[in-house]
Amino acid sequence: MLDNLPTILAVLAEGLPQTVVATVGGIVLTIVLAVVAGLMLLAPQRWVRVLSRIYVEGFRGTSEVVQMFWIYFVLPVLVGYQLVPLWAGVIVLGLNHGAYGAEVVRGAVQSVPRAQYEAAIALGLGPVQRMRRVILPQAVVEALPPMNNLFIQLLKSSAILSLITVEEVTRQARDVLIPAFGQDTLLIFGIVFLIYLLLAALITAGMRFAERVAAARVGRTVGRQRPVLPAGVGGGS
Amino acid sequence: MPLWDWGFAIEILPVLLGGLVTTVEITLLGSVLALVLGLVIAVLRRARIPVLDQLLWAFVEVVRSTPLLVQVFFLFFVLPGFGITLGAFTVGVLALGVHYATYTSEVYRAGIDAVPRGQWEAATALNLPRSRVWTAVILPQAVPRVLPALGNYVISMFKEVPMLLAIGVVELVNAGRQVGSETFRYVEPYTLAGLFFLLLSYPASMLVRRLERNRVGT
Repeated sequence: MLDNLPTILAVLAEGLPQTVVATVGGIVLTIVLAVVAGLMLLAPQRWVRVLSRIYVEGFRGTSEVVQMFWIYFVLPVLVGYQLVPLWAGVIVLGLNHGAYGAEVVRGAVQSVPRAQYEAAIALGLGPVQRMRRVILPQAVVEALPPMNNLFIQLLKSSAILSLITVEEVTRQARDVLIPAFGQDTLLIFGIVFLIYLLLAALITAGMRFAERVAAARVGRTVGRQRPVLPAGVGGGS
Repeated sequence: MPLWDWGFAIEILPVLLGGLVTTVEITLLGSVLALVLGLVIAVLRRARIPVLDQLLWAFVEVVRSTPLLVQVFFLFFVLPGFGITLGAFTVGVLALGVHYATYTSEVYRAGIDAVPRGQWEAATALNLPRSRVWTAVILPQAVPRVLPALGNYVISMFKEVPMLLAIGVVELVNAGRQVGSETFRYVEPYTLAGLFFLLLSYPASMLVRRLERNRVGT
């Protein structure tokens, strides 16, 4: 049963870079969009809030697979430019999870106590300095644990990129390995599950580290207890 | 040819609506499985039976940390090796139901933990049998307060049904894809598919949000 193990590992290893690039690229785009859209949700101008709300509800309200197919098959017709599958995938992962992340950022900023705003105003800090020096450093600490859950959702979502021919881990397993080694399905899927578990553990380790650093910057320590449940973020993938 | 053709959009509507019906069917059946199985897992884990408890814990963690699409393929390709051959529709319901059961089990657990200890003690003092403690005392208090969270997972599941096109289920997106491959027009089918999702899931999440707010109020 283990005769084909080296081949199976080699084929899956070929897909690993694509999965990692899609996930890391998606995470970077998610962070940017979540911060921008999250802060826009809190803007004093009504039209800015509405704009951000449309983005957030639009992406949270439709299916990720639809969004991916739309960007990959419909957008080229509209703008006359065909994206490389991997980049179309990164954009969808970023846009979709950025919409969920925007609510995380909004909630985190709102959770900073009112008195902190007042103290910053009393110290004569302008709106930008107030945000950068007082509010955001504290909001980041709040936002990191739910962001961890979101990034793991994103890692899991990266498997749907196989549907637009990105040759990542899931596609390698389904299109290369299953047809070739039909008798080893359990082994193949066991390894695929392990790969995703490992990547999820890496994300969590990185986020825990970031959380400790961010907490230390505002003079706090991170508690050991943490809820297992994704906070408010939808489940699945 | 115009970018958006209304005539074509109306023409393909019946096909897309057929796909929508399949999507809703899978969501409903998958939800029943997720809501029942999740409760079973939560109650079993509460019993802290050695070995079984560790097995359930590992199962929940693995399912929650790996992609749903891989789990769909797993059921689709591995089960036949054990002599179990199911249709794509059934595999889809099973995959979504089991996947979301691991999420709902955690929700139920939080709800059960939130029931005050005194309720357990009172039930013990009344000498109620174990099954009655659950059905008459604990669950009626635990389940209502987690309904909004469960509702959110049902909505999430609805939006993940399109993944099943990978095993050939003709849900909404696959219906659109088939129209597209016959006519070489993808703008209308995929845009309409997205709109259908928005039209159903947005009001549903508004409803859940209202439920949440009412609960906070009480």
